[in-house]
Parts: sequence; structure tokens; C-alpha cells
Amino acid sequence: MSYLELEDLTRHFVRREGWPIPRKTLVRAVDGVSLQIEKGEILGLVGESGCGKSTLSRLIMQLLVPTSGSVVLEGERLADLPPAEIRKRRRDFQMIFQDPYASLNPRMTVFSTLAEAILTRRPELARDRSALESAVAALMGRVGLDSRYIRKYPHEFSGGQRQRIAIARALGPEPKLILADEPVSALDVSIQSQILNLLLKLRDELGLTMIFISHDLSVVRYIADRIAVMDEGKIVEVGESDALFTSPQSEVTRTLLKAIPKIRYPVAVSG
Amino acid sequence: MPLLEVRDLRTSFHTRDGIVRAVDGISFDVEAGQTVGIVGESGSGKSVCCYSLLQLIPQPPGRIEGGTAKFGDLDLLQLSEAQMRKVRGKRISLIFQDPMTSLNPYLRISTQLIEPLLIHEGLSKSEALTRAIAELEAVGIPDPKSRIHSYPHEFSGGMRQRVMIAMALIARPEILIADEPTTALDVTIQRQVLDLIKTRQDDLGTAVIFITHDLAVVSEVCDYVNVMYAGRFVERAPVETLFARPRHAYTRALQRSIPAMQKKGEILYTIPGLPPNLANGLPGCAFASRCEAHEGDPPHAATRPALVELESTHWVQDCPGCLAVAVTTN
Repeated sequence: MSYLELEDLTRHFVRREGWPIPRKTLVRAVDGVSLQIEKGEILGLVGESGCGKSTLSRLIMQLLVPTSGSVVLEGERLADLPPAEIRKRRRDFQMIFQDPYASLNPRMTVFSTLAEAILTRRPELARDRSALESAVAALMGRVGLDSRYIRKYPHEFSGGQRQRIAIARALGPEPKLILADEPVSALDVSIQSQILNLLLKLRDELGLTMIFISHDLSVVRYIADRIAVMDEGKIVEVGESDALFTSPQSEVTRTLLKAIPKIRYPVAVSG
Repeated sequence: MPLLEVRDLRTSFHTRDGIVRAVDGISFDVEAGQTVGIVGESGSGKSVCCYSLLQLIPQPPGRIEGGTAKFGDLDLLQLSEAQMRKVRGKRISLIFQDPMTSLNPYLRISTQLIEPLLIHEGLSKSEALTRAIAELEAVGIPDPKSRIHSYPHEFSGGMRQRVMIAMALIARPEILIADEPTTALDVTIQRQVLDLIKTRQDDLGTAVIFITHDLAVVSEVCDYVNVMYAGRFVERAPVETLFARPRHAYTRALQRSIPAMQKKGEILYTIPGLPPNLANGLPGCAFASRCEAHEGDPPHAATRPALVELESTHWVQDCPGCLAVAVTTN
């Protein structure tokens, strides 16, 4: 039994097009996805835009109800739980988004953003201000932010620092699974590396389980243990990262690999 | 005689925090049909540099402090607004990073696409429409005859970027400035857009100024590369030379920080620290505080180092600290 299992997960949408009598077409956004993820594993999920990555992530996050199939976390079938229980389970799943400019509330200080996240798991801290403050400071330290900045607002930080705040917020509720949706695509190359290093460090320290969604295969190859390639709602290929790179089995994977811009010149190595 | 000859361009922004020298004395040439890259981190001034050429900097707070940009017998920096309007979109055009926000959502693609032709070439609407349809076909939009009457939201991101390219090239400009044209796109779409820019450039003989932070993209499209840091070029070289024999510490650090270049499991190399705050003016070498190339000897330049030509067409900022470590090619 794996830590997280997706069992034949399916989500269809009905699209109504045309007027006055709408024609109904069925969109199979996620069409029978089965995946197993072990604790502490980073699974890369790649695919072109429109392949169903986002719908799949929303299904896992319990933000969408599957048409059929289910998400099983630690042997517990989430679809069978009553809605109130599902709400409680939401904090087990946290997301990191692509754009740290848009995903942080500009009117909340780092403290209030992170305190809110911590309180979902430890509501008893609400009565103990100093314990809450030290929990926030500890969280900031964990993601490499100086706790002197605890009273600052998101706009006072650089893009990379903002992404660190977003990561800290995701860690606040002590989640079992982190879903990172293109967390480095909006960042500069040098900042990208910092964030990737941070995610790997957190995985080692906290045993985080993570699904890393990206269209950039070179980044995914570096960070993920296994990669799942998605196309038209289905998983077309799953494999160890390096194996998938060296011997891609499906046409979709080959197309994605071919599309990566490559340095076309001999490159100097410096000390 | 190059098509465009930029000399000592300086643009600054007068803000409450002081004068931010976003572009601080840069010079470069663009030859006809050539692709010139400007690479750098966000905030290094690469976009400001190109927007200055088209006088698209909001003034105030921005101000073009000096320099020349010889384009034929014109100096782009001295043109009046009326003269500039004859250049923009006709002789030099621009594509932006985000095709979602640079098309007008209220207007049909046809209206937006024929506008340059109506303004610059005085064509009739029906003539312009025929040209526009041909242009859409050239950028690979299927069924252009009916698609041209769609609204921007009916196109996907990649298709919108194709429309932007069609719009930028429809008046057959001599120079196309592409400001991070593929940053917002998927890899597969990015590949298509890069290929498309290349084919259209070959068809039309347009010169391209390509702004990006992605060195891999640079290696694929550019002939000549300018590496920009803190408002100045720190290194300028033909693309093969830049990758094979990078001399400046910043160029080398940028190359090392590409994730694809590193082995799995190794900690990724990152450039320590942050780009300097340009508001306070920088006395010496701008990269000094982040440079890891050596142990403080020789020291970094105490005054801002000048660009020197090391070998033919390979220029680098003459800071002893940044040039310290010898480099070998593998």
C-alpha cells in the first residue's frame, strides 16, 4: 500500500456550445489516472497545457469531486468521507503556485499569512501570542527567511523571497502532501536554483511528499524521483527520471524532450 | 555601417529613493538580418534599454539622460513624437512577453492586425485585410480567413503570440525587438514560437533584438550576445565565444546556474546575494559583492570598470576580480 494512491481517477466536464439549442460535448479532462506515490517521494507531473494537469491537481487537493475513482491517502479513501471530514483533511494537502506575486495577500504581513497557516493545524496557539510568534519565526528560518522581516508585506520582498513565503505558508499546516504547480517557472534562472535547492532540503529534513507540476522537463528531471507524463487526461508514461530522459517510451515524451531549448555550443567549465 | 548603432545610452528613473540608473551607458550594434541577444536577470535593465530606443519610457519619472541611437540617418533618441510614430510599428516593432495583455480584448484580431497597414502604408481596408490574412497564414494560424475575425480570447496563448508576431511583422520592419517572447509559454509552444521567429526572420531579413533571461534560448537563436548586469553590459561576444570562453565572473555564474547543466542529486549552484540596488549609484564593480570566482585577490575594480575588447568582437568589463579565474573548454 503506497502513501498516496490515485485509483482510476476520472473527471468529466460537460461543455455546452451553440445557441439556441446547446450541443453537449463531454470533455474527459482526467480520464482514468492511476498513480502511486511513496512517502518522501517527489513525483514530477509534466504535459502540455490543456492536458489535464491542473484538473488532476484539483482532484487530488479535494477541490473538485471526481466523476469516478478515488484518492487514497494512507489507506483512507477520501471520497467516502463526509464533507465535514473532507474539510478537515484539506490542510493535509497544500499548494505552491506559479506566481508568488499573485498568490500572497498584499495586505497581510508575513506574520499574519504564516500565523493563519499554522493556526489551521494548531488552533491552541491563538491564545499564546509569543508561542505563535516563535512558531512563525521557526517556519521562516526553515525556508531561509530572516525573521527580522516578520512584519513586512509581500511587496517588500523580491520574487524569490516571496516564493519562500509561499512555501512557508504551504508548510504551516504540516501537510502530508505538497502540490507544487510550476513553482519556479516565473523566476529567474539563479533564483530557480535557490528554490529547487530549498525544496530538496525540505524533503530531506521533513520527509515531504511532493507532486511537482511543470512543463519544463529539465527542471523536473533534476528534482523528481519519478516522472509521470500526461496527455489528454491520461498518464501515458511513468518512470524513473533519468530513465525517462534517456529512453522515452511514448511519442508525447519525445516531443516534450525535443522541445527543451539546449545549449548548442561547447560550454566552458569554470572553477 | 550597422543598421542600428547605439552609443552610450543612459536612462534613469527619478524616484523618491533617488536616481535609479536603470541603463548606464551601453553601446551595441545591430547588423541587418542579425539576431542580437540581451541577457540578464530581472531588473538588470534589459527591457528599459529597448523601450528607450522607441521612447516608450514613461517620462517622468523616466529620463533618457544621454547617448545616441543611429538608425539610418535618424537618431532615435532625438526624434519628436510625430517622427517616432513613423518608426514604431513600421521600421522597428516590438513583441512583448505576455500576449494576453498586449492584445486589446475588445477588438477583433482583424481590426488590430490591419491597423499598422492603414496607418503606415495607407492601404484600403480590403487590401489590408488580404495582407493580414496572408500574414496570419505565414505564422501558421489554421483557417486564417475565418479566424481573423475572432476575438483574442478565442485563441490559445501560443496562438496569441503568433498573432503578435504577425502584427509586429506585417509592416515589414527592419528591426524586431522581442522582449521575453516565450517566457510565459509552455516548452512545446516555446519551441514553435522560436522556430517561427527564426523562419519569418529568414524570409523577411529582419534583424532581431532578443531579450531573455534563458541562456539556452540565447544559444539557439542569437548570433551575438550582450550580457547585462546592473544597467551595464559586463560581457559582449559572438554566441560561440560566449559559451566556450566566458570571461566575466557573472557570465560564468549564470552558466553554472542552469539546472539542466547539473547532475541530479548535486546541490544546484546559485549566485549568492541579490543584484545591487541601483538607486544609490555604484562606485566600483557591480558584481563584487556576489562574486565567488576568487579569494579577494586580485581585488575588484574600485571605479566602475570600462568595457575592453579582449579579442576581436569579444568585449568584457575590465575588473581584475571578475576576470580572475582561468577557464578551460571541455
